[in-house]
Amino acid sequence: MSKTIIEAKDVVKRFGKITAVDGISFKVKKGEIFAFLGPNGAGKSTTISMLTTMLRPTSGKLMLNGHDVTKDQNSARKSFGIVFQDPAVEEELTAYENMRIHAVLYAVPKPEQSDSIEKLLKLVDLWERRDSLVRTYSGGMRRRLEIARGLMHHPKILFLDEPTLGLDTQTRNLLWDYVRKLSENEGMTIFFTTHYLDEAEAVAGKIAIIDHGKIVASGTTAQLAKKTGTKSLEDAYLQLTGSTVRDEASKGNNGLNVRSANRNSRLR
Amino acid sequence: MSVIYILWHRQMKRYIRSRSRIAGAIGQPLLFLMALGYGLGAVYEKAGEGDYLQFLVPGIIVQTLLFSGVFWGIQILFDKRFGFLKEMLVAPVSRTRILLGNALGGATISLIQALLVFGISFALGFRIDNWAMVPLAFAIMLVLSVTLTSFGAAIASMVDDFQGFQGINNFLIFPLFFLSSALYPLTDVPRVLQIISSVNPLTYSVDGLRWALLGQSHFGIGIDLAVMAVTMVACVAFAVNRFNRIQA
Ligand SMILES: Nc1ncnc2c1ncn2[C@@H]1O[C@H](COP(=O)(O)OP(=O)(O)O)[C@@H](O)[C@H]1O
Ligand SMILES: [Mg+2]
Repeated sequence: MSKTIIEAKDVVKRFGKITAVDGISFKVKKGEIFAFLGPNGAGKSTTISMLTTMLRPTSGKLMLNGHDVTKDQNSARKSFGIVFQDPAVEEELTAYENMRIHAVLYAVPKPEQSDSIEKLLKLVDLWERRDSLVRTYSGGMRRRLEIARGLMHHPKILFLDEPTLGLDTQTRNLLWDYVRKLSENEGMTIFFTTHYLDEAEAVAGKIAIIDHGKIVASGTTAQLAKKTGTKSLEDAYLQLTGSTVRDEASKGNNGLNVRSANRNSRLR
Repeated sequence: MSVIYILWHRQMKRYIRSRSRIAGAIGQPLLFLMALGYGLGAVYEKAGEGDYLQFLVPGIIVQTLLFSGVFWGIQILFDKRFGFLKEMLVAPVSRTRILLGNALGGATISLIQALLVFGISFALGFRIDNWAMVPLAFAIMLVLSVTLTSFGAAIASMVDDFQGFQGINNFLIFPLFFLSSALYPLTDVPRVLQIISSVNPLTYSVDGLRWALLGQSHFGIGIDLAVMAVTMVACVAFAVNRFNRIQA
């Protein structure tokens, strides 16, 4: 349980003049549920993109399950699954077809595919609508589909980038119950981001808080509260990151992030 | 193999589900065929060059493959914009296979469109010289469809937006087409045009297809086939190289 499975060392990512990630270092242990928290634009998604081989860091080193992410991308990709912040489904296909493509891409054994797809689509309550084109789905339904898809193969590490954004409470609870089980039963490592601090408090074993591309604090909820002299994660978070509202950098997720921005402003 | 198949299949499903695209994509070559074939045919014949429609059909088939093949690259931009590219790129599958599955889908689509244009050209009065050479003509179309979709995929991998793609497209596609001997025989054109056309790889595809369908060739079928093979390998390598570098 004490083996490090994700490690970032002095990682920097610049986009032109913007420094999105500014020299972060952290370790995640195998089987841990790790929450990566921070205001909009803090650099959470950029970090996940680098960890998942989608972006090359400007400098620094990233290790995933013993593989150097920038040097050995193919091995690194075999170690994780991901639910992206922004939609990543094929809208001109049905939910079932999307699931099938995912199963083949991730080499889920053929005999298991159909059962697994059925089980997961039922879990997120999309089984009845499996043959509708995703184009006709609402934002919440798409989100549920992406979550079902992300849970289909059982990787060593699962990245969830704001997975519960725009979801109803029932689906949120369902997701976290499932994720907890994956972590307990299979020793799966979970790396997630969220703006709902209650979620992080309830499920995360360890938390890192990032702001302006730098990690400002990390530890368990209790450690963070102690460090800041506050009583809850929310208070600790607000003390560490201030209370100004940030703009969301994300593109094309149908304004869902406006909601998270609103939520942030309510947190004041 | 099954990864390549499922990605190919996805392209085909998309294609079949949007029938308006099929009509749109063959409309332009058919317009060329009718306007030029019938419109300029009389002038061409008066100049003693024979039947212009006959001459034009191989060129228009190549045009269909060129436009629909390269234009298919925009699919990669759509996948970038709508996020599905990420889903494919983080999968534990080599990017070469991801590209291959998708691009073979694109190649199949442009081949279908070329065959539709080919079929319709018979209704317009096109006649084949030697039926024994038709399999060769199909092989040339196949090679060309792979070459051109790869080319489109390479360009799409390098640009970030639709405008950029359109810009490069117009800057490359129209010159490639107009300077390829698709519309006029190379024997009678000014020397400059002859030289430009002979460094355009597409010229050799048009020439080879014309040989297979009509028995006429400017360079000789051996040279045509050699240039086509080299061009295909170069375009596929170019696409693999660019696709491997995509950051999304
Ligand atoms: N592709 C990109 N090009 C330029 N800037 C980017 C790009 N992606 C992210 N950024 C910038 O990097 C910063 C961090 O963004 P992001 O990682 O998405 O934040 P978070 O996920 O924490 O909300 C933001 O300022 C954003 O504008
Ligand atoms: Mg983000």
